[in-house]
Amino acid sequence: MAKELLMGNQAIAAGAIRAGVGVVAGYPGTPSTETLETVAARNPGDIYVEWSTNEKAALEVAAGAALSGVRSLVTMKQVGLNVASDPLMSLAYIGVKGGMVVLAADDPGPISSQTEQDTRQFAEFANLPVFDPSSPEEAYRMIQDAFEYSEKYGTPVLFRPTTRVCHGCASIDLDGQRKKPAAGNFEKDPKWVIFPKLSFQSHLKINARQPVLAEDFSGYWGNVLTPGSGKKGIAAGGVSWAYLKEAISLLGADCRLLKIGTSNPFPERLALEFLDGLDEVLVVEELSPVIERALVHLAGRKHLPVEIFGRQTGHITGAGENTVESVKKAVAEFLEISFEETAAAEPPALPVRPPVLCAGCPHRASFYAVKQAAKGVKSVFCGDIGCYTLGNAMPLDMVDTCLCMGAGITMAQGIRRAAPDTKTFAFVGDSTFFASGITGVVNAVYNETDMTLIVLDNSTTAMTGHQPHPGTGKTMMGEVTEKISIPKVLEAVGVKKVLTVNPLQLDQAIAAVREAMAEKGVSAVIFQSPCIAVVKPDRPVRVDTDKCVGCRKCIREIGCPALELDGKKVRVEPSACTGCGLCTQICPVSAIEKEE
Amino acid sequence: MKNCILAGVGGQGTVLASKLIAQTAMEAGKFARTAETIGMAQRGGSVVSHVRIGQTAEDVSSPMLPLGSADLLIGFEPAEAVRTLPYLKKGGAAVVSVKGVQPVTATLSGKSYDVSAMLSYLREQVPNLVEVDTEAICEACGSSKVANVALLGAAAACGALGLTVKEVEAALERRLPAKFLDMNRKALAQGAEAYQGANLK
Repeated sequence: MAKELLMGNQAIAAGAIRAGVGVVAGYPGTPSTETLETVAARNPGDIYVEWSTNEKAALEVAAGAALSGVRSLVTMKQVGLNVASDPLMSLAYIGVKGGMVVLAADDPGPISSQTEQDTRQFAEFANLPVFDPSSPEEAYRMIQDAFEYSEKYGTPVLFRPTTRVCHGCASIDLDGQRKKPAAGNFEKDPKWVIFPKLSFQSHLKINARQPVLAEDFSGYWGNVLTPGSGKKGIAAGGVSWAYLKEAISLLGADCRLLKIGTSNPFPERLALEFLDGLDEVLVVEELSPVIERALVHLAGRKHLPVEIFGRQTGHITGAGENTVESVKKAVAEFLEISFEETAAAEPPALPVRPPVLCAGCPHRASFYAVKQAAKGVKSVFCGDIGCYTLGNAMPLDMVDTCLCMGAGITMAQGIRRAAPDTKTFAFVGDSTFFASGITGVVNAVYNETDMTLIVLDNSTTAMTGHQPHPGTGKTMMGEVTEKISIPKVLEAVGVKKVLTVNPLQLDQAIAAVREAMAEKGVSAVIFQSPCIAVVKPDRPVRVDTDKCVGCRKCIREIGCPALELDGKKVRVEPSACTGCGLCTQICPVSAIEKEE
Repeated sequence: MKNCILAGVGGQGTVLASKLIAQTAMEAGKFARTAETIGMAQRGGSVVSHVRIGQTAEDVSSPMLPLGSADLLIGFEPAEAVRTLPYLKKGGAAVVSVKGVQPVTATLSGKSYDVSAMLSYLREQVPNLVEVDTEAICEACGSSKVANVALLGAAAACGALGLTVKEVEAALERRLPAKFLDMNRKALAQGAEAYQGANLK
């Protein structure tokens, strides 16, 4: 057996490869991204892997493969499932031939997301089985089972790890023989074409399948009943199970425990065994009270004299992550065990350290150019999802809205319609443009809405760790393909004014924005400059302290993390500076210079 | 069981350092588990990595370690070390870079935060404190990217994790491309020396 230190996402990828996955598609999104990257990196050569343009496209690619009898995996973060929900809801009725796993990674906290939605609830909504691993090593085994269950029941299955499983590493035994991907063959059959009548019949079949699957899950190794003493029991799922085990051991507690690794369909027989004879139950989970509600429902239906506590009753925090501490406290109160809380010494006031655009990030220059060009004009700046959401921070303060992928472009149109005296700008990154920006631009052109689109083209999907996209000319199969040109796309859909400029040439950048703003209808400026993480940095700039007058204009205007105060004057931290030169163009006394 | 917490600023290489520790432990036959900060915080925000080492998976079920349980705190930045100090157990050791990284919020307000106040607080609170001049080591090694390995050198040398400098070096050799190896070996050795220096005080 080969033992490896694997991140949860890598373990899932290794498990999928071992299970004979043949087609993998996805769209990057924290905390899911490394799964698809790992399949590509460890591809034995017979797996097709792609970053799709968005989650909907990815799910449909995977569905096509699964209908052809090939095991497929589609990966995304939880909000990506909202984008992919249209095909998924229908696919639940159609079913699959080859096993198909839809990985949607949830993000309690949230740490890197817009929402704290719970994919386990989505599973109930769509009538789909869901697997919920509690550790990376468990995820490795569970993903393989997910493919088996999918094929056995002819249904896509959801797989939902959470951030601490995705981004936790563990020593994992990679064992045994790999199954080879099946050879695909699409057999024509009316059952692949959704019609109302077919949906009705499928609905009946799904209803009949749920109890069978629930019974199957009651005997599944991922759902575990651990005996213990007393009339109180604790249930948990996902990573909260790991916290619970640790809390129980720290407290030296003993009670009956139930671990739920598949919350839908709910393993009722096992849960009833757990509830049998208990007076009180505490449920430890994150996001939505899924296990808690299932137990309440079951206890109600069976008239069991048991009280159930959890998120709904305020015994477990209703938002954000659980921790060993929070679980330990809740368990101690529930089991009436006293423990000493560690009192920490009062530390000195700590500096707040929110994330910021990197030193040398070209987005800083782009935001600054638009800010300068729009000075004195009543403007709204619609932002979007990506590193550039960080343009909202002071001193740039250039993101007035952020909703979801691609929304900035269309919200800018609604704001303009509601407030016609307002000039609206929409910022979108290159990857987001391809993912869900284009339809918004077409909408504006078609409806003749005045707006200026700012495309921040840094030649990569930066926020999630530099994945290729349709504009980069590289695929996950290592092929070089034609780069899809953003200016050509914009021209083709009827944008009359399309300007491309390097944002680090500040004067030209400001002039381009002014020119675009003056245009009626839709205009666009494409700021092209690669992400600093994908190119070699230039030599750092330095401050001539004889010339620096200490006005701090550079700091006040652009807030680059490489600019620091040194007494009254400014200094550039050479290990952080990438030599982008933006500050040299802002200094009123030309005190910052590039080293020759 | 050994617990280690690494705290720094996004971009300082905490993730790689935590993986190296976990890998070194694994190669010594232990079970290792980590939890990382990946995502938006990596853009210059506060980041924390948790590393847990046990004999088996059952020894360390949670990926994040409980407060007051760390045998070792590795601070890549003084204020971040202070921020995560509640994780350190009584009598635990801390290896901290003395170089502050000023957040933009501090610079903007015109008031840099007081790095020396953080360091004196750490000296007060942690009897087993190893201060590492990562800036000097980076300069000596010719790269600003080796601060994490220098800190690992001091961390291994202080013995709090039961791993030796030699074992970490072997993990480095397996993981890093040959062209970066010499520079990192040097940083590791200099970090280990910083611990010896701290002992002499």
